[in-house]
Amino acid sequence: MSNSILESANAAASTSAGTPASTTVMSMQQALNRALDEVLAENPKAVIFGEDCGRLGGVFRITDGLQAKHGEQRVFDTPLAESGILGMSVGLAMAGFHPIPEVQFDGFAYPAINQIVCQIARMNYRSRGALPMPITLRVPSFGGIRAPEHHGESLEALFAHVPGLKVVSPSNPHEAYHLLKHAATRPDPVIFMEPKSRYWQKGEVDMADGGTPEGAKVMREGRHLTLVAWGAMVARCLQVAELAAEDGIEIEVLDLRWLKPIDAGALAASVRKTRRAVVVHEAPLTSGLGAEVAQLITQSCFDTLKAPVERVTGFDVPYPSGDLEDEYIPNIDRILFGIQRVLEYKRG
Amino acid sequence: MQYGQPFLGCLPTFPPVTKVTGMDTLLPVASGGAAGPLTADELRELYSLMVAVRHLDTSAIAWQRQGIIPGYAPELGQEAAQVGSGYAVDTTRDFVFPTYREMGVARTMGVDMVAYMSTHKATWHGGLYNPLESRLAPIQAVVAGSVLHAVGWAHGQTLAAGSDATTDGGLGVALTYFGDGASSQGDVHEAMNFAAVMKAPVVFFVQNNGWAISVPTERQVAGGSVAARAAGYGMPALQIDGDDVVAVVEATRRAFAHARAGNGPVLIEAMTYRRGPHSTADDPGRYRSLDEERDGAGADPLERLRQRLLADGIADEAFFAEALAAAKAEEEQIRTGIQALGSRPGTEMFDLVFQETTPALQAQAANWREESEHV
Repeated sequence: MSNSILESANAAASTSAGTPASTTVMSMQQALNRALDEVLAENPKAVIFGEDCGRLGGVFRITDGLQAKHGEQRVFDTPLAESGILGMSVGLAMAGFHPIPEVQFDGFAYPAINQIVCQIARMNYRSRGALPMPITLRVPSFGGIRAPEHHGESLEALFAHVPGLKVVSPSNPHEAYHLLKHAATRPDPVIFMEPKSRYWQKGEVDMADGGTPEGAKVMREGRHLTLVAWGAMVARCLQVAELAAEDGIEIEVLDLRWLKPIDAGALAASVRKTRRAVVVHEAPLTSGLGAEVAQLITQSCFDTLKAPVERVTGFDVPYPSGDLEDEYIPNIDRILFGIQRVLEYKRG
Repeated sequence: MQYGQPFLGCLPTFPPVTKVTGMDTLLPVASGGAAGPLTADELRELYSLMVAVRHLDTSAIAWQRQGIIPGYAPELGQEAAQVGSGYAVDTTRDFVFPTYREMGVARTMGVDMVAYMSTHKATWHGGLYNPLESRLAPIQAVVAGSVLHAVGWAHGQTLAAGSDATTDGGLGVALTYFGDGASSQGDVHEAMNFAAVMKAPVVFFVQNNGWAISVPTERQVAGGSVAARAAGYGMPALQIDGDDVVAVVEATRRAFAHARAGNGPVLIEAMTYRRGPHSTADDPGRYRSLDEERDGAGADPLERLRQRLLADGIADEAFFAEALAAAKAEEEQIRTGIQALGSRPGTEMFDLVFQETTPALQAQAANWREESEHV
């Protein structure tokens, strides 16, 4: 299973023997589009909207063809205003709909923060459960595509810090399909962070069997060290694990998937076995989710840890321009250095 | 009172209304069944509601001074605007989105006032009333935050109606409140633009009460009129005398009829005056003199209605005394209810965050239970 989740062109050709009949090879963009199509078909109260989501099908084509198929009442364009899109989502949810809004790029979630933090996250609480907010906010997220400013942000720590929100990020087409279908049927607000640099990578999607949609997932087993990652960093960590294996280092790769709630049990289970952990994320270091992950691991594995949990992350700088983004996003070398620091750690 | 240049409504289906000062100057209602002239019974009911609201409002200030509630945002002077607009709501199909100063609207809609006032008792942010049953969204404190919710809810009515928007008695209408201060918020612009683009059945009800805490309207509203902005959105608007309850009812009913018929949103700017402080924590003496208050406030809206009812022979002193006695009895009942309200169980802090809770929250709740002496 784990090999098929690796990025790569050869995944497209890998409909080998032993693959279930329900498995199809598709890109994450196709998987997300398929999931939304099915959600619209299965739930008449589901509505999709945002900037350019309708006729154009979204700037990343995630909603491609959905308006033509499901109609302009189910899939529609809004004026260009993120606070409006999210504020409107609150009212639609109050009216019994399941809004699936899109914020076109991560950085454009900032203008909607008031509606996300003060309204969406709190309405169920404020109304004492009378007004649930089944809102699935899709946010093309993270960097890696040489985009303009405000098009490469990693907002997971910001959202995960807000009581009342749940946060999830898929790492491959299979996860994208199943996690989106799951998120879009939840009665609570879910921030769905799509790793935009992975939209066009293909992989096998088992349409029939998604496994459990909750919690983290071991993407590769190992016994020497656990790499914890999410979104686009999972594929990179799998590459790192492959390289490390050549040196006889067996790395376990844990795809956290849910950034809130974080699967503390899965972290504990993996690190109790490996006794070493490195967490990798694109977001800046300070007060990033890596700190939360490190604390959870420390809490559960303090007695068995061989080294402090290491963090390999973006820097505490505004997301840089395209020329420098490869310096900013954790690359294979930096992750390997992080692994080395942990492996070579000496007590005292 | 001078409101500057009256603003003209701009759609042909919606005859322009200038500054509406009284019953006799009202233009006939454009359409809609519920919008005939007010009957004597209705006028008396409006008076009773305004007295009840006035008495509860001034009592709530006293409750705060007596330590019964920690704080309150009074609406003294805005009774006509609130009772009159709330009176137009059909609670079987409309939905209202208040700020924290719409007690008069809540009372007029028949919301359980103990449950409503509980938010000021610091029992629960948003109050204990059920928003779905009462058709009143929970109170929240970010001004203009709920204006967009109204647009979303209203668009939901359009979506639910499908192509039958104009049949079956028309659409449910969202009535959203905000003030001259909140009109500065970007969310108000986004809401008006969204609503107008989508032809959402929304009535934007602005109570221009002259003050946003300490900042007067002239330092808040460029151009001098929130209603004037509606023209830019292609939306009809009414600027009305918000202290004339009859004008407010008539204007709101007309706006509802317009929106209900699928013609899109309407903006009403009710000119009124915040006679009291912004809240019980505020000291208006620091930013306005008593002379300015007296001049700005003009005639008391409750007294204006009383004089009209007397002049028209619709009510007499006995009726007024009866209404006041009823208001006092009601206030006593609500105060007793408020005083009897205990704290909510602390478990609700954890249980009401999500529909589907999380392991972390469960762990925190368990930890709280273990370490708390109050369980």
